[in-house]
Amino acid sequence: MLAVGLSHYLVLSALLFSLGVVCMATKRNAIGILIGVELVLNSANVNLIAFSKFQTGLVDGQVFAVFVILLAAAEAALAIAIFMNFYNNLQTVDVDRGDVLRG
Amino acid sequence: MASITLPWVQRDTEKLSNYREKAIRLLAFIALAHIPIILGAWFLLDPLSTKPADLQDSKVLLVPPLCLGSIGGMLLFAGAAFAIYAYELIGRVLSAPWVAFIIFIGAIFGIVIGVWLHAEILMTVQRDWMPAKETSVIPFVGIEYDHTVQSIYQNNLEGKSVDFPLIGAISIDTPILAYLMFPLQFPLVRDLVAVGGIIGFISLIPGFGIWWERKVAGRIQSRMGPMRAGGWHGWAQSAADGIKLAFKEDYVPPGGDGVLFRLAPYITFIPPICAFIALPFATAWVFRDLDVALIFILAMLGIEVMGVILAGWASNNKWSVYGAMREACQMVSYEIPMGMALLIPVMTAGSLSLTGIAEAQSGGFWTWFVFVNPWCFLAFFLYYVASLASCKRAPFDLPESESELVAGFLTEYSGFRWSMFFFGEYVAMYVVCGLAAILFLGGWMSPFPASSAEWFIAQANIENGMLQTLVKSLLAANPIWFILKATFLFFVQLWIRWTLPRIRIDQVLYACVQVLLPATMVVLLGNTLWILGVSENGLNLGWLIAIDGIINKILAAAGVLTLVGIVGIAAYGYRNNKKLVGWLAVDQLPGK
Amino acid sequence: MDSVAAEQGRSLKDHMDDLAFYIFAAISVASAFGVVVSQNIVRTALFLLGTLGGVAGLYFLLDANLIAVIQLIVYAGGTLILIVFGIMLTSKSPWAEFKPPKSQIVLAAFVGLLMFIGITSLTLSGEVNWAARATKTPLATSPKVAEAGEALLTTYLVPFEVDLTAIGAAYLAKTEK
Repeated sequence: MLAVGLSHYLVLSALLFSLGVVCMATKRNAIGILIGVELVLNSANVNLIAFSKFQTGLVDGQVFAVFVILLAAAEAALAIAIFMNFYNNLQTVDVDRGDVLRG
Repeated sequence: MASITLPWVQRDTEKLSNYREKAIRLLAFIALAHIPIILGAWFLLDPLSTKPADLQDSKVLLVPPLCLGSIGGMLLFAGAAFAIYAYELIGRVLSAPWVAFIIFIGAIFGIVIGVWLHAEILMTVQRDWMPAKETSVIPFVGIEYDHTVQSIYQNNLEGKSVDFPLIGAISIDTPILAYLMFPLQFPLVRDLVAVGGIIGFISLIPGFGIWWERKVAGRIQSRMGPMRAGGWHGWAQSAADGIKLAFKEDYVPPGGDGVLFRLAPYITFIPPICAFIALPFATAWVFRDLDVALIFILAMLGIEVMGVILAGWASNNKWSVYGAMREACQMVSYEIPMGMALLIPVMTAGSLSLTGIAEAQSGGFWTWFVFVNPWCFLAFFLYYVASLASCKRAPFDLPESESELVAGFLTEYSGFRWSMFFFGEYVAMYVVCGLAAILFLGGWMSPFPASSAEWFIAQANIENGMLQTLVKSLLAANPIWFILKATFLFFVQLWIRWTLPRIRIDQVLYACVQVLLPATMVVLLGNTLWILGVSENGLNLGWLIAIDGIINKILAAAGVLTLVGIVGIAAYGYRNNKKLVGWLAVDQLPGK
Repeated sequence: MDSVAAEQGRSLKDHMDDLAFYIFAAISVASAFGVVVSQNIVRTALFLLGTLGGVAGLYFLLDANLIAVIQLIVYAGGTLILIVFGIMLTSKSPWAEFKPPKSQIVLAAFVGLLMFIGITSLTLSGEVNWAARATKTPLATSPKVAEAGEALLTTYLVPFEVDLTAIGAAYLAKTEK
């Protein structure tokens, strides 16, 4: 079996990142877009931890990953609050319908 | 013979009764079929040959399964055939008073002693028997290993023996033992053995817990609880329940999401089992001694919610969704006080690893964290209340409250899937109780200080090596202590469930947000300041250390008094059960 | 990759770790595909749980135990529940489906593929010599939880506090109507 190294993790993270971007682009449900953002953040975290393990051997990568996870939690709370307001105003979370400000 | 008139039952009783004889014949045939395998393997492989040329590593894949495994298989099938042949006799023996109970308790102790002996032998083998490393490589895969069968056996011959209690020193010089020892040098094999043990223990918990819960419920309500299944006090009730549930209709609501409906029980029941990966039973008795074991277990208990939400959602039933929403908000909000209460022993021990925390409490019961200072004492009760809520036990069992929500998220579930939710719930209950036992009640430490074992050995003049380790493990640290403490806390959960009425959902959330959360915050702050004042690296205040000592002794005395009180009241009730109000209606039972 | 020479002298544990990497990677990528492909939003959230679990397993393999459990407790146990709450509160029927137009799907898939090829070709081409950039000394052991905790409360104290403030901001945003 091929020995697993840094490049394996980089490829995996690239794959997760691309899938997250595709998810953000294709979903019309606002919460689906949020889920895509979570995928992208996860791929960034995989990179941070992989570099901390294989490149530096220090804890900095892990600490940044903690920040990313905490910010993702805060961001999800904010986003859900926004979507609730969106839903209260438009009775849907379809982002294509949120065009009431268009002239 | 009474004739059966039900339309869907075969009327020919002759044909029905033949099945038993057919089964006996089949099992006996299989048992006999093992004999040529054993003889053939014995002659071809010659497992007792001590010639160096015969001790081949490649034979390790064949000798244990063919020579020993087929003997075991023959005994198993012959035993099964005998059990079917003599089931009436066995049933009569089992239904005699206390027999099943003694077998059950004996099985638990037997498993513990077996695992302990296995660990002891393995340790002896690793210390004395394992020869110097001589690296060999498994062909094709390229994995290195250190000991060959031949070297293990040779080393064994050099006069080293195992010192058994009572029997004395035994030198086992059969090559079969070397074949059996050989796989144990691979971590994967040891892991598989450990997983087998853990799964065995986990499957005991619901089986015992369900029967015990029903007995406790019965006693608290002045009835006997299950009395029929199996004979003595309905000991086979859980097995009977399980068989009944497995044969029930497997209903999937047509309007719901079938895939999620089928998936949800697994998401609820796998995480509590995964928590046992990091839950230690004793210092070396842990599958993986993670340095973040505490948070890992909390995380596993948190993921359980996802399954409940999906179950409610996929059922396409408003009661299910209500139950799932209640469960979600209850679990998410009670996780905060629970986690904060757990921080207090972590802070007191100065370690996040569960083994480290338990070892900080090894100096007798007065060093257990529940008694060590007033804040920890409060934290224990706060944690226990929060853990009741997070296991959705009464008085916080709102998600499945049958008087308001039919059965909450379980409404549409039946049969085996329903039982999986309960399997997960009982395992989660045991996990939170085990966590409480490790963090606050000294885990696997006995109530006596660690030095008491050496004192006892010196007093009783014990010279046998294995007996010494037995005394040390019983008087200082043993998984038995952990299991006892966790089981006692488990019993308190059952006790609370059948004593307290269910509270309303707004009261549940009020209790969390306005009572438990501020209380844990105050306790957390208080404990921080207390440790800062008491510790030598901190302020080291003389007067606070004196108060700390006095409070520690008062709390320890209160703990002893509580335990003595519980045992005393129970003994009084047991002796005078016919004089008490609402005594059990034993005489009216049929068959008494 | 350094080839057969590196294969020699590797213990069973290394092989098992490699196998575990492939298993966890397969779980997370397959679930991520599920997230993208699935049209049912509840199932999308469930697939996200798979991805989060797989990535947490990868963190365990990378000796980042703290991050792995934080991932499980905050992401899988907190954020995901929040998202499911959001889903339950914002969809009138549980089977709300929002189908994007076909052209959009094709375009997005094309962009995603391009992005993946771009990133991987950059990382694997040898353009960046990872081995030369490594600052890790051969003796460096994997960082422990205590080290990460100490770093959070000393070197990174200010960002940590700012991070907590962000959570407070989220709380305020939620309560204000």
